[in-house]
Amino acid sequence: MTFELFIQYLFAGITYGSIYAIVAIGFNIIYNTTGIINFAQGEFVMLGGMISISFLAFMPLPLAILLAVIITMVAGALIEIIFIRWLEAPSVLRMIIITIGISILIREAALFIWGESVRSLPYFIGNEITTIGIFGARISPQVLWVIGSCCVMVLILNLFFRTTSVGREMRACAANRKAAILCGINTRNMVTLSFVLSAGMGAIAGCMMSPITYSQYDIGTGLAIKGFTVAILGGLGNSGGAVAAGLLLGLIEAFSVSVVPLAFQDAISISILLLILFVRPHGLFGSKEAAGLKAF
Amino acid sequence: MAFLEVARLSKQFGGLKAVNDVSFAVEKGLVKAVIGPNGAGKTTLFNLISCALAPTSGRVRFNGNELRGKKPHQVAELGLGRTFQNIEMFAGMTALENVMVGRHIRSRSGFFASMLRMPWTRPEERQIRRKSMELLDLLGVADYADVDACSLAFGQQRAVEFARSLAMEPKLLLLDEPAAGLNIYETAEVGRLITKIRDLGITVLLVEHDMSLVMDISDEIVVLSFGETIAEGLPNEIRNDPEVIKVYLGE
Amino acid sequence: MIMKRLLFPIALIVILVGVQLVCRWTGTLYYLTQMTMSAYYSLVVIGLCVVMGYAGQISLGHAGFFAIGGYLAAALTTRNLLAFQNTFLVKALGSAGLLASGQDIYGANTLVVTPWAACISAVVIAALIAFLIGIPVLKLKGHYLAMATLGFGIIIYRLVLASTYFGGADGISGVSSFQLLPGLTVSGESSARVQNYYIAWGLVCTGMFLLGNLINSRVGRALRAIHGSEKAAESIGVDIARYKLYSFVLSAVFAAVAGVFLTHYNGSIGPSEASVMKSIRYVAIVAVGGMSHLWGALFMSVILNFLSLRGVFGTYDDAVFGAILILIMLFAPEGILKINLGAKFRAVFSRREE
Repeated sequence: MTFELFIQYLFAGITYGSIYAIVAIGFNIIYNTTGIINFAQGEFVMLGGMISISFLAFMPLPLAILLAVIITMVAGALIEIIFIRWLEAPSVLRMIIITIGISILIREAALFIWGESVRSLPYFIGNEITTIGIFGARISPQVLWVIGSCCVMVLILNLFFRTTSVGREMRACAANRKAAILCGINTRNMVTLSFVLSAGMGAIAGCMMSPITYSQYDIGTGLAIKGFTVAILGGLGNSGGAVAAGLLLGLIEAFSVSVVPLAFQDAISISILLLILFVRPHGLFGSKEAAGLKAF
Repeated sequence: MAFLEVARLSKQFGGLKAVNDVSFAVEKGLVKAVIGPNGAGKTTLFNLISCALAPTSGRVRFNGNELRGKKPHQVAELGLGRTFQNIEMFAGMTALENVMVGRHIRSRSGFFASMLRMPWTRPEERQIRRKSMELLDLLGVADYADVDACSLAFGQQRAVEFARSLAMEPKLLLLDEPAAGLNIYETAEVGRLITKIRDLGITVLLVEHDMSLVMDISDEIVVLSFGETIAEGLPNEIRNDPEVIKVYLGE
Repeated sequence: MIMKRLLFPIALIVILVGVQLVCRWTGTLYYLTQMTMSAYYSLVVIGLCVVMGYAGQISLGHAGFFAIGGYLAAALTTRNLLAFQNTFLVKALGSAGLLASGQDIYGANTLVVTPWAACISAVVIAALIAFLIGIPVLKLKGHYLAMATLGFGIIIYRLVLASTYFGGADGISGVSSFQLLPGLTVSGESSARVQNYYIAWGLVCTGMFLLGNLINSRVGRALRAIHGSEKAAESIGVDIARYKLYSFVLSAVFAAVAGVFLTHYNGSIGPSEASVMKSIRYVAIVAVGGMSHLWGALFMSVILNFLSLRGVFGTYDDAVFGAILILIMLFAPEGILKINLGAKFRAVFSRREE
């Protein structure tokens, strides 16, 4: 493998890895606050891309993206309010089935609205053949947009949770719901906020990656599965671990292209998922005790 | 060799030593109580004995059998039964069905035999049902046989749980706070029940907070505090032991 | 108790025969085709009901077992072994009477596995896979279990989609009919419609008999105990791991048998039978019918599958099942039948003596 090819694969891996990490962090945020695994997480990514593409016909790119993200965040809030908020101590099975149902509905609605066509946002800088030279390899600037926006999101999120009072309240909610309620924190709003955050992050990632990966009504499921794999790999609830795990999975996938036939690409991430679940369900960076599933 | 032997049993969770080098023995046919303030590690001890948890070190010996590495259902097959602090009724099943599950290790019908309704499964089913009804009757809750177990009153659930444990014909029964949540009359009833169980030849090891019950029915007592044994002996000895008094009442 | 036990089976048989006769009289025998297909899908559902409703284990990958059964049956009975006829394995199979010679539509000679041998191999392999997968998977709980079973289903899907032996995206077609006994053949010919209707439903009735017996037995109680409280079940002597595994394998067998028979009935099978949506449908139906209500699951399965196959839901098929899932889980997590009929029946029949 030439050095140039190596760099190409490296960047491909980091790009996809960042996207998986963002989806995983979305999972983690909701899981930490509620104990729910939101199977519809991937749909937020899909919605971000698709909505922004539709808006592009009427407005400049930055505005289209902004609106798409906002609408997706509203969608996230609505989902929480309509389907999740008023459930009382639901069983794990029930929650799983509900979020699966939600993801199906969103997907079918997307099919209805946008059909089966594959679309994409235009490249933010230049077009599909514009490249920048990095270490001798030709990399599309869009890749830098993806990686950059993911980094920024992770940083902002980190700051948010550490320094703002709302962020601290959410962490309190995640650590111990009952205690948080006793402290006067409005946990219901925290739950809604977690959905809004996850939706927003997913939407941004969806817009950034759209020129490279294209957007279609059914990309949500695959992303959700990979995102979940990464979340588990990094330790469920551990967002730092999610970043590392996301990069790991992205790199494994990218470099395996040279070895494994394309048709079996998906099988890799699923095999990793199964392997981790069988061997070390608390992930590479999670602790065994913390891996006990949280109650809703 | 005693019926149940706990030898230098320890369980560590991260930095916390929930059970620390605990040793005691239970002679056959006796009622022994494990007491101690909250957080002393009593339920963890039970979990270790019934093999729901693996010990960090130490051994448990029951009826000559080494329990290390066994799974809970294997321990049950050896004749060691237990009840739980928070009553674990089988949701979605009636009181009678709950007790019938108790007969599991005393019956044989497997998957194929049950699916095909092989002739020998019928008498076994009838026997399971009859014995279970008898036990419900013994505990005074026969009237609730067909009621959903989770909708019963607390005291009645306790009775069903007892019946269920007795259904497996245990040689030794671990009772985890059997009087928790019961009023004086119900507690007295539990006391009578435990004595009756002992008279049936079943050895009893119980964890309990209710001192009057403990003093009343135990033949021997062992006291735990912060995961360690601090005293063991007859009720009168324990009652007057300065260490025990210190642990419960402070200096 | 006897009355209650026999009520549903008798009602089922009466309804089945009634439907067939009505179709005959009104000249709408083609409805029987969808009823037959619904029957086979229902076979998967009732097996899944035991695993999910009674043993309490989520499985989002059961379409995988259906596909294993169907695809193996299809592949073995259509893939020509003539080129290998001089190898040891093929000769051995031949002398064991497991192979059949024939001619394909172009007149060339073929050597394939007989449908009976293919059926048994497919089901045994499905059971084996369920056993091997089940051991690690069933140690998981909640979301982890759901994801693992989902992952399994997707791997099967990817496998059949990518492999040329299994026909890739087009699947396998031209699957021959399956002669069960002289005079009893599983095939898609319209002349055999009524016969196949009864074969399919006969299979379902047998399945209901077996599973119904299982649920009301020592094993069934143990499974329900596992669902109720694993801790307590273990402490009472139930070997949790073994029972979960056995019920999982049993349900896989049901699914595989359904796959084999439906494939011979349709004469073909495609990757969509292994898709995630199919698995989710099975789960949706079990959820709607009432998680631990075998008859409820059967009832809902027939209705929903029949409507879906008739195309009543149109292109929104998936959306309908998605919506059903959500509605049921939000408002009636015990299934819609459990609310009304269960309580009423129990009130009427609980006074009966054993």
